[in-house]
Amino acid sequence: MAETLLHATNIVAGYVKDLPILKKVSINVKKASLTLIIGPNGAGKSTFIKAIAGVVPVTSGKITLKGQDITGIRPDQMSQHSIAYVPQSDNIFRALTIRQNLELVLRKNRTAIDRIDTLFMRFPILKTKQTEKAGTLSGGQRQILAVSMALAAEPMLILMDEPSAGLSPKAAQEVLQLARDLTTEGVTILLVEQNVNQAMRLSDHCYILAEGQNQHDADAAVLLNDPIVGEIYLGGKRMRAE
Amino acid sequence: MIQSLTDGILVGAIVSLGAIGLTMVMHMLRFANFSHAELLSIGAYSALVFDALFSGILPSLANNIGPLSMTWALILSMLCAMGVTGLSAVLINEFVFKRIREKGSELSMVFASFGVAMIIRNVLGLIFGLKSQLYSNDIVFAVLVSSEPQLLIKPDQVFVLLAALLIMLVLHFVLSHTTFGYALRAVAENPPLAEVSGIRLSRVIALVWIISGLLAAAAGVFYGLNNHINPVIGRDLVLPIFAATIVGGIGSVYGAVLGGFIVGIAANMALLVLPSGYSPAVPFIIILVLLLVRPHGLFGEAET
Repeated sequence: MAETLLHATNIVAGYVKDLPILKKVSINVKKASLTLIIGPNGAGKSTFIKAIAGVVPVTSGKITLKGQDITGIRPDQMSQHSIAYVPQSDNIFRALTIRQNLELVLRKNRTAIDRIDTLFMRFPILKTKQTEKAGTLSGGQRQILAVSMALAAEPMLILMDEPSAGLSPKAAQEVLQLARDLTTEGVTILLVEQNVNQAMRLSDHCYILAEGQNQHDADAAVLLNDPIVGEIYLGGKRMRAE
Repeated sequence: MIQSLTDGILVGAIVSLGAIGLTMVMHMLRFANFSHAELLSIGAYSALVFDALFSGILPSLANNIGPLSMTWALILSMLCAMGVTGLSAVLINEFVFKRIREKGSELSMVFASFGVAMIIRNVLGLIFGLKSQLYSNDIVFAVLVSSEPQLLIKPDQVFVLLAALLIMLVLHFVLSHTTFGYALRAVAENPPLAEVSGIRLSRVIALVWIISGLLAAAAGVFYGLNNHINPVIGRDLVLPIFAATIVGGIGSVYGAVLGGFIVGIAANMALLVLPSGYSPAVPFIIILVLLLVRPHGLFGEAET
């Protein structure tokens, strides 16, 4: 049994005080796993990972990473806590070149600048376009750059908010597969996705949120074969469930 | 014709320096700061004080440099004035704009900036009087560069133009070749993403105020060298600076530079065909025409 990396208990959080979007959410993320969070619109999926990243204030509850309390960290200090967050959209700086985007996230750690070459080896497309403005990249390439910016800090945990949104089915599959591949290298991924079918096939564990609360959670393999989940999220037919 | 163009380039360089700071602050904090031009006045007057101080302490500094009316004392004073103005900009943000931002909207900040401008203008008037002053009472003769067409240039003007261009080059280098510059551009483009990318927003915002103060002080001193120093420098320059910012496209430093030159040159060239009383209207005509053709300015990006 792999050890727990991220542990969140009874998180209450929201943009406005007294109006919490998350009413009580708890999760457990195992080291080097791909954990998926799904749920209907407005369930608080994105808010939850933003709360972990420190972008949304946490009113109550506790978040720990490797046993260390990280509740309400300052978002600009995420990398010091070994966390990276890839926002859903606008997750690269369009006016900067690809290389500048990467240098920016490494600016406090100049000794690690050779990590850019490692990333370029892994994603040759970024190398060929390194002097071009990031705004010229296609949707899929943008996500690769955004993930690379997260990877540059060599975090233990990467929070990804709907990385496949707006991508072609092929590019979506590639970016989700990339998330899966990263876990085999020891990186832990917490993923929010609307693209439930594809994402669940690649995930280890899955949480379902609704109205700011935990609704259900189970191993992804179990949920994939669950007729009710199949009906709601995977487009299965009621006939088959019965 | 050539004379107007040359004078226009010089005015343009000064307006550009003001517009760069304004465009950075406006883009990053998303409000039109009508008190920005008062930073030029603060710069011009601080340099006046330091100049008197340095010349008094070390009279040898008060000798003119070559053909310029500029002295070493004034150059030192300008550097000190840049510091004072940068600090003033940070303090104004800290005590006024930051507080209003926490409670009110961008519109409240715009109105507050009018108030700040009036306070600064009148405090300067109280301290230094309303009479125009000069850095140097020496008469510097313009050099006749060519007689047909007639072109007269003062050595100071050449100095100011070169110094302004040098400052712009330094800024260009910082923005395009240093990670600090990338951080500034990142915050201008997408503050929330900049924050999760490890940039401390409050620090970068303070630095932007400092930079805009430094540039404004330089512009103020350069303006004072070629004109008089009086408490209404800000009032006289706020509109050309805004025009340059809007023409260039809000948020674009290069646009602000180009906008400054366009406004400066156009206002001077207009003197050839219009009575001088209409000259202040020229920047507005440029804004109107440009916004009709390119609503986001020359280099501005459409909001997405």
